[in-house]
Amino acid sequence: MSTNQPRMVTSAERLRRLLALVPYVVSRKVVSLSDAAAAFGMSERELIDDLNLAWCVELKAPEPYCPIDLSYEGGEIMVSQAESIARPLRLAADEASALLVALRMLAEVPADGSAVGRLIAKIEGAAGASAAASSQVMIEVDSQNVRGLAAKVSTALGAGKRLHLRHYAHGRDEVTERDVDPMRLLVVEGRTYLEGWCRRAEGVRLFRLDRVLDLEVLDVPAEVPAEAEQRDVDAGLFRASESDVRVELELAADARWVTEYWPCESVTEAGEGRLRAVLRTPDTNWVRRLALRLGEDARVLAPAALAEEVRAAAADALALYT
Amino acid sequence: MSKRRTERLLSIVVLLLSSRRYLTAEEIRAAVSGYPDEHEAFKRMFERDKEELRELGIPLETGVNNALDEEPGYRIKKQDYELPEIRLEADEAAVLGIASRVWQSASLAGAAAGALLKLKAAAPPGALDADGDDDKQSRGIEPRLSTQEPAFGPLWEAVRDHRPVTFDHIAGGRSTATRRQLEPWGLVNSKGRWYVAGYDRARNAPRVFRLSRITGPVKMAGPAGSVTVPPDADVRELVTSWDVSPVRDHVAVLKVRTDAGVGLRRWASEVTPDETQGWDRVTVSFADVPWYADHLASFGPDVMVLEPPDLREAVIRRLKGVLA
Repeated sequence: MSTNQPRMVTSAERLRRLLALVPYVVSRKVVSLSDAAAAFGMSERELIDDLNLAWCVELKAPEPYCPIDLSYEGGEIMVSQAESIARPLRLAADEASALLVALRMLAEVPADGSAVGRLIAKIEGAAGASAAASSQVMIEVDSQNVRGLAAKVSTALGAGKRLHLRHYAHGRDEVTERDVDPMRLLVVEGRTYLEGWCRRAEGVRLFRLDRVLDLEVLDVPAEVPAEAEQRDVDAGLFRASESDVRVELELAADARWVTEYWPCESVTEAGEGRLRAVLRTPDTNWVRRLALRLGEDARVLAPAALAEEVRAAAADALALYT
Repeated sequence: MSKRRTERLLSIVVLLLSSRRYLTAEEIRAAVSGYPDEHEAFKRMFERDKEELRELGIPLETGVNNALDEEPGYRIKKQDYELPEIRLEADEAAVLGIASRVWQSASLAGAAAGALLKLKAAAPPGALDADGDDDKQSRGIEPRLSTQEPAFGPLWEAVRDHRPVTFDHIAGGRSTATRRQLEPWGLVNSKGRWYVAGYDRARNAPRVFRLSRITGPVKMAGPAGSVTVPPDADVRELVTSWDVSPVRDHVAVLKVRTDAGVGLRRWASEVTPDETQGWDRVTVSFADVPWYADHLASFGPDVMVLEPPDLREAVIRRLKGVLA
């Protein structure tokens, strides 16, 4: 949630927010404007507008009265009368499902499993019938093998220990061994990653656990340097950088799947089911391997050097058979 | 948006929650500010308001106070409206914070944030307050789910409301779309991809579709509640058996450069030095000739197929295709 950004809010969204805001203050007796604004992801100005709106509500019949009474003098909000809306509205089907589907996915990732299980039960209980639809959405997270590795990473994280791992770099087709001080487990798009300070690269690195061949928790305390910066997972795991190579591919109908597997900067139809895809990557090794595997179903249009590299590799490989 | 509209909707909620009996539209109009005097305009506005309240999940009930009443009225039962008591331990609150950040797409991310606000509002001070965005850094685990496919939103609504849908879908390896009519049973994310499983009305059989292969809009093709999910339907099983890795029941003999082919060697049953210096002879299992030929071609001049002949031919064809 981004805070303090003015944005358009529909009357329904605003009502939803108000119906949570009033009980939020009621259950706390008194709350500062700044705390409440932060909790609801809004500016203090927007918050005051909402409070004024609630306070202005007047019912005209049978006798006129104001059902909600509140004040925010000195920056402290107090609700002295909230009538029937002192408790929050029950969870809607979307809300209950968004949480329950996420929690059931978490339950498959080794972490503090008991808290996840207890929370699932409590939310199912509170949501009642609204929870029903959530069982129609399911998330499969990696394989059993990966979950075993994730459990080891989780142990190392909990104990603050260093990890030793053998890792297969797919793009370069090589295995490396390295010591890593674990920072986090990320589960993105159904894949589990270890984020950690790699002592070999002296930087923060991501390791996809299904490409980790072996992993050992060392009896050495992890030392993540202060300058190690976590990735902003909401911005996408792999961000294009200025120094990346721009690769342009033409893909035949049989190779359209490529654009589903790798994030492309742009994809345009090129007629007869063909696609033109542009992607950016710091390492073109995997593109060369991809182009070799696709054969006549793909062409590297740019850069020219990469296109030549692909042709040379194919010619060298063919020479083996003659 | 309209501040007066929010005020009006809030007034209706407070009024109907405080009333034990059903209130007629006229009684509501008398108590709530902001409705027009003209009857038709009032009716239209009131209809929209009711719809909006129901969309927010407010249990607006219709009924009569006694059998003699001609006009039905409205009320909101407190026990249907209020979130039941829910007390969270500190570790549960932490997990709730993680869960509320999982979704990255607009619709369900908003729903998760809305749920978190309600739970915060119900919680005693302190319990969930610390769990804002600021402590992202402190957790050992951060899962994310994105639903970039435009089909996700409407399909989720269809699944939730038990409605049939129609959409255009491009099957794997094809370039033209076909129209599908589906009674959706559920959505599954497997290996990071979204699938919808359900009953295909034209094929008269259960089918699975990958969301990224749906083109154009997903349209509702029937009213809410018109789809029945069979009690024995196992949606997860449908998707995983549809997307299964084939059995490796073929054997190949390869020449692989000693420093290369690491990914291939994971499946090797035997590795011996080849008579040519710098090469190994690797025996591996594989599932399917076309697929494995593509895979081997990707290693370029680091791998050569000795056996079987059809695999060897397929790799040569792939490599010639690169030069074509």
